[in-house]
This record gives sequence, C-alpha cells and structure tokens, in this order.
Amino acid sequence: MTGAVDTRRFRVYRYKRGNGGERFDEFDVPVGPHTTVLDALRWIQQHRDPSLALRHSCLHASCGTCGIQVDGREELACVCAVADHGEAVTVEPLANLPILADLVVEMTGFFERFPHEHPIIRSSGPPPDVEHGEHMEARHAQVLLHHHHRAAPLGADFMRLEDCIECGLCLSACPVAATSHEYVGPAALAAAERLLEEPRGVRREDVLAWAGRLEGVWRCHVGFECTQACPADAIPAERIMALRRELTFGRSEQEREDHE
Amino acid sequence: MSEPVTNRLPGSAERALPGPIHHKGPGRAASGWLEPRHRGLGGRALALHRLTGLVIVLYLYLHLAVLSMLLVGRSSWSSFLSLVTAKGFLALEAVLIAAVAFHGLNGIRVALVGSGVVVSRERVLFWSAITLAGAAGVFALLHILGAL
Repeated sequence: MTGAVDTRRFRVYRYKRGNGGERFDEFDVPVGPHTTVLDALRWIQQHRDPSLALRHSCLHASCGTCGIQVDGREELACVCAVADHGEAVTVEPLANLPILADLVVEMTGFFERFPHEHPIIRSSGPPPDVEHGEHMEARHAQVLLHHHHRAAPLGADFMRLEDCIECGLCLSACPVAATSHEYVGPAALAAAERLLEEPRGVRREDVLAWAGRLEGVWRCHVGFECTQACPADAIPAERIMALRRELTFGRSEQEREDHE
Repeated sequence: MSEPVTNRLPGSAERALPGPIHHKGPGRAASGWLEPRHRGLGGRALALHRLTGLVIVLYLYLHLAVLSMLLVGRSSWSSFLSLVTAKGFLALEAVLIAAVAFHGLNGIRVALVGSGVVVSRERVLFWSAITLAGAAGVFALLHILGAL
C-alpha cells in the first residue's frame, strides 16, 4: 500500500454458502495514516484473498453500500480510518440482516420494512419531458427514472429518501432489532416522520396509523443507538420520538382543519 | 436416457437458502442488547434498565420464598433472620435500593423522552438518574452500617 508506515492485523469475518460455517481469517495489512478500512479490505482482496466478498461503490460515504461493523461498531468502511482503531481490527458484517457472503448482507429485508401502502419517502410526480428542453434538474430526474424504473410505466413516481443513505447501519445498531425481526426499524420510521414534515398529498393519519402499529414506533426502547450509528445525521431516534409525540399529543387532521 | 438440461448452476439450491444472521453480543443468541461494549449511552441505559428490572423481579421471588419460611415454623424463621440481619448481608440491600431507584428514575426518563417531551435532554436525564440512584445507594449503605 502506497505510503504504508505500519502493519495492522485484520480479523475478518468469513462465510460462504455451502462452504463450511462461519469463521474469522486474519490478515496483516500495511497501512498509512490515511488508510481507510475499505482500503485495507481491498488490499486483502487484491493481495491475499480474492475470494473476500465486500460491497462498496462511491468511496465517499454517499452511497451507503459499504456498511460493516468495525470493532463492534457500525461504520461505513470507506470513511472509517484504520488509525482510529487499535493494533488488531475486527471486521464483521452488519448485524440483524441475513449474510450473503463474508461482509455482504442481504438488504432486501431492510427495504421491505418501508411501507408500501402509500408512497412514503417522497414523490416528484410525473417525469418531465426532456424532449422539450426542461431544465437540468428535470433532465437528471428523467435519467434516474430511466435507469431505476425502466420496467415501470412512464409516470411512475421518482422516490428517494431525505438525508438517509439507506446503508442499514441503524438497523444493525438497534438493540430492539436484535430480538424482533418484525420491528420496522429506525430508517423506515425516520422516513415516515420526514413524510409528516412534507406530506405531498399523503394523508398524515395514514402515515401515523402505519407508524403507530405494534411493530412501529412503540417497539423502540429509546436506546438512541440508531442516531449514534447514522453516518448521514438523519437522526432516526429523534424522528421516532417526534412520531411518538405526534401520536400522543398531536391533533387529528379533522381537528387541524377545525382549528384553522 | 440423458439427464434433463436445466439452466441451474451446481449449488444453486444451496445458495438460495438464507444466510445466517449476525448478532451482536456473546454467543449466537439474539442478545444484542446485553452487549455492553461498543454501545452508546442510550444502549447502556437500556441494558442497565433491563438488568435492574431483572434484579427487582428476582428479589420479588426471593422475598416471597423467604416469607414462605414462616409456614415452616418459628425456629427456621429465627435462624434465617440471624443470617440476613448481619451487616454484610444488609449491605446488599444498598445495591437493591440503588437498582430500584435507577429503574424507577430511568423509567421516568424513558417515559419523558419516549413520548417526545424532552428528547434533547435524554443524556442529562440519564446522568441525573445515575447520580440520584448512586446517592440513594450510598445513603442506604451508610445508614445500614450505622454511620448516619
């Protein structure tokens, strides 16, 4: 590794389907002052074991794909400095999600927790007509629509989360998710609260009814681990508490209309 | 007759099975909440709340079991009393008082924070609960030892 000044021992979780059970492999990795955990894992992949499975993409904490546990704490490997850890660094996959291979978890269960009953997150409405010279933002939306919703008919909503980068770190850190796989989880509840701030046509009471289910906000045990783990400062715990406040003290839509 | 041709690669069925779910904490059980390492303040507060709750429940059953000794007779009760009124044993009650105090105070914290009333003060409330519970335990210990 260029500029390496030190060697650290990496203890890496390994699991391959149909190839024995779970184990930890150890690798001595040359590191520099700015080496990230992702750099080290890629070095292992390139120089020691090409079968090591890991997932990453943007390399700057934007895509949320490289979430792992480093020394027991949830981190994005691409921005986690090795220098902040000790001589031995333990790397494990995210908790509370099924493992596909080594450090890669199956994220389907994470996304399935988001409500499908209504277009939670946000919607930009019908795609703009790029043929007639719409502005750049509209073009960008159209391109993304083309790539992400190719199978969907034109007019499908363009959806994305606010703040949240969908990395799943909050779900891994959540002590409640460790014992209840039915729990909706911090990211989906934070997205619901975001929707209350900007409903865009969605009925508040529908969102609150969804969030107020047994496996919704009331399953949270106020551990605040999700907020601590969140690399995007989406403050999921605070948003869950805001939903609870709304459910406990908030006015119904009818009461709001009467008040206004 | 030759084998029917399929598009399935060897091991496809095996690979389609769900993989294991990694858990925090010791062992393979889903005991992530009990893992005190690598947790934040809120996670540790949650673990402490549950542990003190278990202590209180255990004490309740112990208390009922001890009271049932009255059914055995005066002599067994008297010999038991001589054991539990020893200062060393009584000192354990200070731990129980601290546990009850923390559990109750943290319960108030969870109710206030969890209903969205004072979310931004959750850390202050936790340290207040710890301080008051510790003070109650120390006060009880000094009282039991006769220093007060």
